[in-house]
Amino acid sequence: MLVTLAIPSTIVCLYSLLTRGAYGGVERPWTLENFKLLGDPLYLMIFFRSLWIAAAATALCIGLAFPLVLFIARSRRKNLCLSLVILPFWTSFLIRIYAWMFLLRDTGLINTVLRGAGLIHDPLPLLYNDGAVLLGLVYGFLPFAVLPLYATVERLDPALLEAAADLGAKPLDALFRVTIPLCAPGIRAAAILTFVPCLGTYLTSDLLGGSKTILIGNVIQNQFTAARDWPFGAALSVVLMMLALVLMFAARRHGEELV
Amino acid sequence: MPALLELKQISKRFAAQCAVADVSLAIERGQFFSLLGPSGCGKTTTLRIVAGFETPTSGEVWLNGTRIDHLPPYQRNVNTVFQSYALFPHLTVRENIEFGLRRKRAYGCAARVANVLEQVRLTGKENRKPDELSGGERQRVALARALVLEPDVLLLDEPLSALDPQLRKQVRAELKDLQRRSGITFLFVTHDQEEALSLSDRMAVMNGGVVEQAGTPREIYQRPKTKFLASFLGAMNWIGGVGVRPECTRIARESNGNGARRGLVTRSVFLGSSIHVETRLENGDVVLAQVAANGDAYREGETVHVWWNSSDELHFPE
Repeated sequence: MLVTLAIPSTIVCLYSLLTRGAYGGVERPWTLENFKLLGDPLYLMIFFRSLWIAAAATALCIGLAFPLVLFIARSRRKNLCLSLVILPFWTSFLIRIYAWMFLLRDTGLINTVLRGAGLIHDPLPLLYNDGAVLLGLVYGFLPFAVLPLYATVERLDPALLEAAADLGAKPLDALFRVTIPLCAPGIRAAAILTFVPCLGTYLTSDLLGGSKTILIGNVIQNQFTAARDWPFGAALSVVLMMLALVLMFAARRHGEELV
Repeated sequence: MPALLELKQISKRFAAQCAVADVSLAIERGQFFSLLGPSGCGKTTTLRIVAGFETPTSGEVWLNGTRIDHLPPYQRNVNTVFQSYALFPHLTVRENIEFGLRRKRAYGCAARVANVLEQVRLTGKENRKPDELSGGERQRVALARALVLEPDVLLLDEPLSALDPQLRKQVRAELKDLQRRSGITFLFVTHDQEEALSLSDRMAVMNGGVVEQAGTPREIYQRPKTKFLASFLGAMNWIGGVGVRPECTRIARESNGNGARRGLVTRSVFLGSSIHVETRLENGDVVLAQVAANGDAYREGETVHVWWNSSDELHFPE
């Protein structure tokens, strides 16, 4: 814990309070200037965009994962299904995002097939927009929503659903009155596990969003590389970490353990 | 008048085995009807077929003159008290009881809930969650949740089995009272013969997926049709293929002459209201006799004479 969490976090916090060096790195004096810079409307806009995209990706992940999990829990080949959910992790995330680029670009598989079939004349703008980023995020983090949800759905007593039907609840009614409320801890865990990494993402937005979709992760990356403003990058990271921590504690307010 | 609930030649086969085979039952309105049998005899499956949680492989279920075996559970006017109670843990007592009323968009919800809470003596606990209740209280919520809907038939799946023995006897009496007062037809599944005998107007004993006998508790106890029933219900002495109940078996130090058999007392157990005396006859059969506690006491090793009235003998074809 000390080596992997406390020390790096402390370094980031300290850096955020220093002045930028001429060639990257940090130097004294200590200052709060970096945090004041965050008030700039440009960065606020990017922050809100990041929040919005992460929230949308989380909602989509849970919306897709829930029916999938209900299906897996009832299927006879639960282990096979779960293995398939985890299977993409066997390949690098970078390579999988490149694969999406090959599918989505103007001369990619989807556009080529659609044009070949004569359905469209000009290629559809599938790549380098918010939609592509959202797709990449949902694709990448769906397993993080599926696993905690599955853990709660699996533990659900089937007698409770029988009781709901017995008392006159139609299947959809039982889903909203019994299944979903009882899976609330799993839904919260799934939301945290997808929202937090989505908020800090830079690879997906960089490759699928192009220059048009800049998210907070890209700004941070940029500060440490091209812009050579380490203290400001560190300040952005600190704010992001705080946001994630606040969310985690908010989700735990009922005293439940996550996953 | 046709029966309220009728099962016609119901069979249910799971992958390999046959859980219920050709079961036919007729249950009249207002009856307390028990399904009794050892575990795995098919009684719970039969109940689940009536509730709609299982579809019979063949046969028909008729309720109130309508065939219901193809209907989903939420369209059947029967309600279940589950063995595990299956109370919704995220809802309060009141919300649990209201659940069915809300689904049916029933009028006078509050009054009906208040009334049923009073019937099961839970007034004042409306706002508790199930995990804040005792086992007996949870059982009563499960009962109230089903009763409040005034079903044609209330299905009870071993509702007393999770209670401790002392509480069980008390709840048993309350259950019978509740059934009488509400007039609702009860279909009660149990493996406890004492429960079935004491509660039922009529009962059916199941074994290996078939109904061995249906009738009043007295009929089945006194005139069991099969050897299984004779052994399963109460204690039974088997002497040369003939069955005699311990309470019909007489025992004395002096022979009464006609047909008494000699034996040695092997055990004498004092049970408070009666004494169980176990005797080994000269032919090797072991006979249990139930004698009054205020009668003679027999010591182990003592020679005694055992006899019974031939009218108390139960004969079964081999």
